[in-house]
Amino acid sequence: MLLSALIGTLEQGLVYGIMALGVYITYRILHFADLTVDGSFPLGAAVAARFIADGGSPLMGTVLAMAAGMLAGLTTGFLNTKLKISGLLSGILTMTALYSVNLRIMGRANIPLLRKPTLVSWFGERGMAPWVLFLITLVLIKLLLDLFLKTEVGFAIRATGDNEQMIRSCGVNTDGMKLVGLGLANCLVALSGALVAQYQGFADVGMGVGTVVAGLASVIAGQALVRFPGLGWATTGVIIGSLIYRGAIFAALRLGLAPTDLKLITAVLVVVALSGPVWSSSVAKFGGGKRRATNIPAA
Amino acid sequence: MLRISQLRKVFANGTGVEMTALDNISLEVRTGDFITVIGSNGAGKSTLLNVIAGVYDVDEGEIWIDGVNVTNQPEYRRAHLIGRVFQDPMIGTAASMTIEENLAMAMKRCSPLRLAPGVTPQDRSRFRELLAVLGLGLEDRLQEPVGLLSGGQRQALTLLMATISNPKLLLLDEHTAALDPKTGEMIGELTNKIVKNRELTVLMVTHDLRQALEFGNRTIMMDQGQIILDLRDPERAAMTVDDLLDQFEAVRGKRLLDDRVLLV
Ligand SMILES: Nc1ncnc2c1ncn2[C@@H]1O[C@H](COP(=O)(O)OP(=O)(O)OP(=O)(O)O)[C@@H](O)[C@H]1O
Ligand SMILES: [Mg+2]
Repeated sequence: MLLSALIGTLEQGLVYGIMALGVYITYRILHFADLTVDGSFPLGAAVAARFIADGGSPLMGTVLAMAAGMLAGLTTGFLNTKLKISGLLSGILTMTALYSVNLRIMGRANIPLLRKPTLVSWFGERGMAPWVLFLITLVLIKLLLDLFLKTEVGFAIRATGDNEQMIRSCGVNTDGMKLVGLGLANCLVALSGALVAQYQGFADVGMGVGTVVAGLASVIAGQALVRFPGLGWATTGVIIGSLIYRGAIFAALRLGLAPTDLKLITAVLVVVALSGPVWSSSVAKFGGGKRRATNIPAA
Repeated sequence: MLRISQLRKVFANGTGVEMTALDNISLEVRTGDFITVIGSNGAGKSTLLNVIAGVYDVDEGEIWIDGVNVTNQPEYRRAHLIGRVFQDPMIGTAASMTIEENLAMAMKRCSPLRLAPGVTPQDRSRFRELLAVLGLGLEDRLQEPVGLLSGGQRQALTLLMATISNPKLLLLDEHTAALDPKTGEMIGELTNKIVKNRELTVLMVTHDLRQALEFGNRTIMMDQGQIILDLRDPERAAMTVDDLLDQFEAVRGKRLLDDRVLLV
């Protein structure tokens, strides 16, 4: 009983870890607080669920979901770079619009996938648990992302988040790099949404609420725990952060907290983590202790 | 090489008051010219470099670099022609990225971005050679984030990055001003060395009048958005700082007012 619950937690940590990697790209690399995520996650679920429910192949449905997520990211990027709407508002606008779009795609508020062939059931028929699918996908994406961030395009995206003026003077169109980053990030988020829908056996129009905060919690937790230098460790940290976040939720539920309180708890956790530097410096001021050296942003 | 004709740039501030930062500027720069640019605060020196680089659009006039009209090109399109170093050492490099990654981005400014590895082993050995010339020991720290370097080290790296792809034009905006005197002098010497080696064409803004006369082969003085003096060698070579100040007074009818100008 406990074991299967733990495996369920592991599976959630892995499948939501894909989303967390997307949030890592926008939040940590592009320094762009992208709220599109709350819309692109259910978008991925909606596209995949609708396609599968209508008799399409689950693989194709998942690929379509990724494409849809990329389009959502590009929309936010377009609003921000071409129409000069602030990054935060661009994401909120896309997210809001996506609520209607998702309902249109689904045709109703909830699509059940029971007894439909899904990627999860395809693996199940071959005797493999969902976590195998999620682990393979997540590790593959992490390794590809690590490689990508070391390419010329990857350098340009990282520099766009770090010092726009510098990379523009190196001849890079920074607007283009923001589009690539946002598109890629939301592609991963939608993939995560598509897999979650197939895993839990339904897509629901409300399933995106709080996704971005959960992603941030994972990214921040990972960054706090994995402090080795280098990009490979940073993405590993995001995955570990996602596992720990799901583990913390599991523990909270076992302690008797209502599932409906989880979003509040997550938000409080993120607030505490983000305000950590403020706390530690005021503690240092009053306690006369040595102030921690400011972190070099971990690549 | 660089031809600027009748350039005007007007800034409108929030209250609707207009500020003419560049007022009918024309300038002809020959290949290999090393021009020092001086003038009081707000004279338009930085604005001139910024419009050449494409940071700001101009209101009137044209800019030609190496036979190409770049007036309406966005900054990133003409970036392969231009290397820049700013006063603030933080501006020229990406702090979270390593020394070799920064150099690689600067080196590939001429070519379109690919999905190929950003730094190759050949790149690395080339970077090591180039960094060794700086004499700062950076050649052994290729994989360290630039954020760990001192201001002077970062400025030296920026200078290397600005010149690594042999740009047509090197724009220096008070690039030694924010450094302590010794480091500033080191960066100054480095600038001369690199410019001589590569036979670059340079515009260098400085508040140090002595440096303005020592460096390069030509000096222009700006005031209120105009070029009011244009001095070339050999006359320039014979001039002293006092001569410069006298010349300014003769043209403008007032002393060169500038808290940052070094008079001695
Ligand atoms: N982005 C801007 N917006 C509005 N006004 C500007 C802007 N940039 C420059 N100016 C104005 O244009 C004028 C010229 O400024 P500029 O920075 O070119 O002077 P400068 O010669 O470089 O001065 P300094 O020696 O102080 O660096 C100034 O009056 C300045 O206030
Ligand atoms: Mg200036």
